[in-house]
Amino acid sequence: MKKTSLFDRLRQWDAASFDLTDALRPDQTPDERPRRPAWNPEAPVEPVARRQEKRFFRLYPILAALLLAALAFCLLIAVLGLPAFGAEDAPAHNEVMQRYLVRGLTETGAVNAVAGVILDYRAFDTLGESHVLFTAVVAVMILLLGTAGEPPAPHGERLSAKEDRDPVLTCTARVLVPIILLFGIYVILNGHLGPGGGFSGGAILGGGLILFVIGRGFAPLERYLSLRVFRTVTLLGLCFYSLAKCYSFYCGANHLETIFTTGTPGDVLSAGLILPLNIAVGIVVTCTMYGFYSMFRRGRI
Amino acid sequence: MRFAANLPLFSIVACLLCAVVSSVLPGRWAKWLSRLLALGAAICAALVLSRGLLTGQTTVYLMGHYPHPWGNELRFGLLEPLFAGAFSAVLLLCLVGGSHALERDVAPERQNLYYVMADLVLAALLSLCYTNDVFTGYVFIEICTIASCGLLMIRRVGRTTLAATRYMIFSLVGSGLFLLGVILLYAQTGHLLFPNLRQAVSDLWAAGEYRFSLLAAVGLMTAGLGIKSGLFPFHFWMPDTYGYATPASAGILSGLISKGYLFLLIKLICNVFGTEVFYGGALGDLIFLLGLAGMVLGSVSAMAEKDVFRMLAFSSAAQIGYVYLGLGLSPKLGIAAALFQILTHALTKPALFLAASRLSEAAGEARTLRALQGSARADRPAGLLFAIGALSMIGVPGTMGFLAKYGFAQAALAEQWKLLPAILALAVSTILNTCYFGRAILQIYAKPEQSAALVPERRGRGSFLTAAGLLCAVNLALGLHAQPLLGLLERGLALLQFS
Repeated sequence: MKKTSLFDRLRQWDAASFDLTDALRPDQTPDERPRRPAWNPEAPVEPVARRQEKRFFRLYPILAALLLAALAFCLLIAVLGLPAFGAEDAPAHNEVMQRYLVRGLTETGAVNAVAGVILDYRAFDTLGESHVLFTAVVAVMILLLGTAGEPPAPHGERLSAKEDRDPVLTCTARVLVPIILLFGIYVILNGHLGPGGGFSGGAILGGGLILFVIGRGFAPLERYLSLRVFRTVTLLGLCFYSLAKCYSFYCGANHLETIFTTGTPGDVLSAGLILPLNIAVGIVVTCTMYGFYSMFRRGRI
Repeated sequence: MRFAANLPLFSIVACLLCAVVSSVLPGRWAKWLSRLLALGAAICAALVLSRGLLTGQTTVYLMGHYPHPWGNELRFGLLEPLFAGAFSAVLLLCLVGGSHALERDVAPERQNLYYVMADLVLAALLSLCYTNDVFTGYVFIEICTIASCGLLMIRRVGRTTLAATRYMIFSLVGSGLFLLGVILLYAQTGHLLFPNLRQAVSDLWAAGEYRFSLLAAVGLMTAGLGIKSGLFPFHFWMPDTYGYATPASAGILSGLISKGYLFLLIKLICNVFGTEVFYGGALGDLIFLLGLAGMVLGSVSAMAEKDVFRMLAFSSAAQIGYVYLGLGLSPKLGIAAALFQILTHALTKPALFLAASRLSEAAGEARTLRALQGSARADRPAGLLFAIGALSMIGVPGTMGFLAKYGFAQAALAEQWKLLPAILALAVSTILNTCYFGRAILQIYAKPEQSAALVPERRGRGSFLTAAGLLCAVNLALGLHAQPLLGLLERGLALLQFS
């Protein structure tokens, strides 16, 4: 591939940004040609829309600043009027929190109360939340899929070329990646016993994969994590989550017993559905992070 | 019939599952899965509605083993399944009617992704209708936001990417304000589920505690949903968003997504804020005035527009203004009129976008009204359906648009100072509507200036006729015989407010 200088790139970006401003002015018809003021035929030509834009940009920041200042002022007053943070008699310290903390362990089997709340008491929200991640990945795919033919971003190209790879980075990745991945798996599997869970563990795993790719390129990872694997794993994670929770919601609403038991609190295999759900969420989050990185870097997964 | 109570849960989960499965299917399969799903969701909603009519009360459905205030819940009386069903059916018709243009606008390797987004939008709309929990509302607002950007930018014509960026920014500001409002409300009440929030808010209001913070929370949530649904003066994302999307997306975005947010706002007003806080705290008056401004200025912008799709988009801004006018007028008649207007617009605007895209195809992808001259002579059915939609937008008797405007006028008659501005704005807006829709109808039926013969597009004709024809037929049928629907809305609203 032909090497382009930084200067050329800047010129391309400049051209691109001009295209953008043209696109911002859709209403300009061909007959709105640059006009000179009648009283001064020598005046520099200025396009009509550009002048309108100028007028717009004089008024707009002032109005926006005023509106934002008013909003900030109102928010400050509203926050000052709230009960003090952590106060014992704050309204948030009510029967809801009581039950989560006091009976959470026996009802959900999770030592980590947060896991109990997000994956059992309020599992429907988390079901939606993991689909937000899926939606985001698909939206990025819509935006970037098949743009691989276009010139790559300046940094992506240099990093993926083998000769340019930084030896410090490669060695650090070699040492750190296994530890990071192991730690991520630990955080996911330990989610119901201590701080952690699918979201945080998945973020760690995703970060580890990204570090691996930065250090050693896509090729070694692709042997294990091709598009096919990526899709299958995401599909299984989300489908398992939806189906398992659907069953559990159905049982709950119809006052039936589920087949999942809470087990002995503190064991790794306890807390009913929370552990498998954490694994499913962890897989989805890992794939989301890696998918974002891969899509933005080279336009495919 | 007891089993029907499970159907809302099943339809939401089915939407999520189909979305995930569609991401690995080829485009054709994803298309049929999506249609089947929307049809199924509409049938489920109809069953839930009939169950509601038989029992005559609201059902609270636990999502898990814990009742409020601990666990998530769904809740459905009459309005929720009615709107869920209407949204699913219109989504189905949008997908069917716009399928030909979709194949043209969307690259083959990305077609299944389009249906993934459509399924997710449906899941989000159903959840917004059925939810009994503000945070669930927020989560599905997020899904709706991202998925609607996907629906918009999947058509790659440069401007759609830009429009999607702008829409994303506006939409995220809206979600952010809504989330801030939820946080403020939680700090004052310690609850997230509707029934407990309602109780806590009315207690706080009666005791006079945290008055400003309470109003700020309610105001932020209203403003967030207002920005997302295109309340004046936050409607500037509309023309690009609706004007350049593929017709199916334009129908879904203008007809359904903004309506989902509006329906959630109505639920919040009735079940969380309570009418005494919302209308006692001057918020009702504020959105009344913004609605008035939107009705008039949206129509003025539409008049100045030469591009037919952007004209339709600005007309949406005006129609959203009507809804806010109704919400600001009064808690009973006003909200009932707003609900009717939501249904009217959800049925009319997709039909108009579909018909306009057919006319534009017949005139060789032209977009300006001048270039569309005579296109209705080339494609008669599309012209007829466009005219019916336009007449409904103007509010000609016999269409739903007339009844919607009549409802607003009736609601205004019971008011004091709001009467005169409301009636005046209705009159001005109707005149403006007549001007620009009249001009559009005259243009498309005029004899073309240039001698080049317009060629109607043959392909996709059947699916377009089915979809837009059904939408217009329902519009006319309900316009001529609206009593059952009006009665249903009234009963549903009573059930929503007093239970």
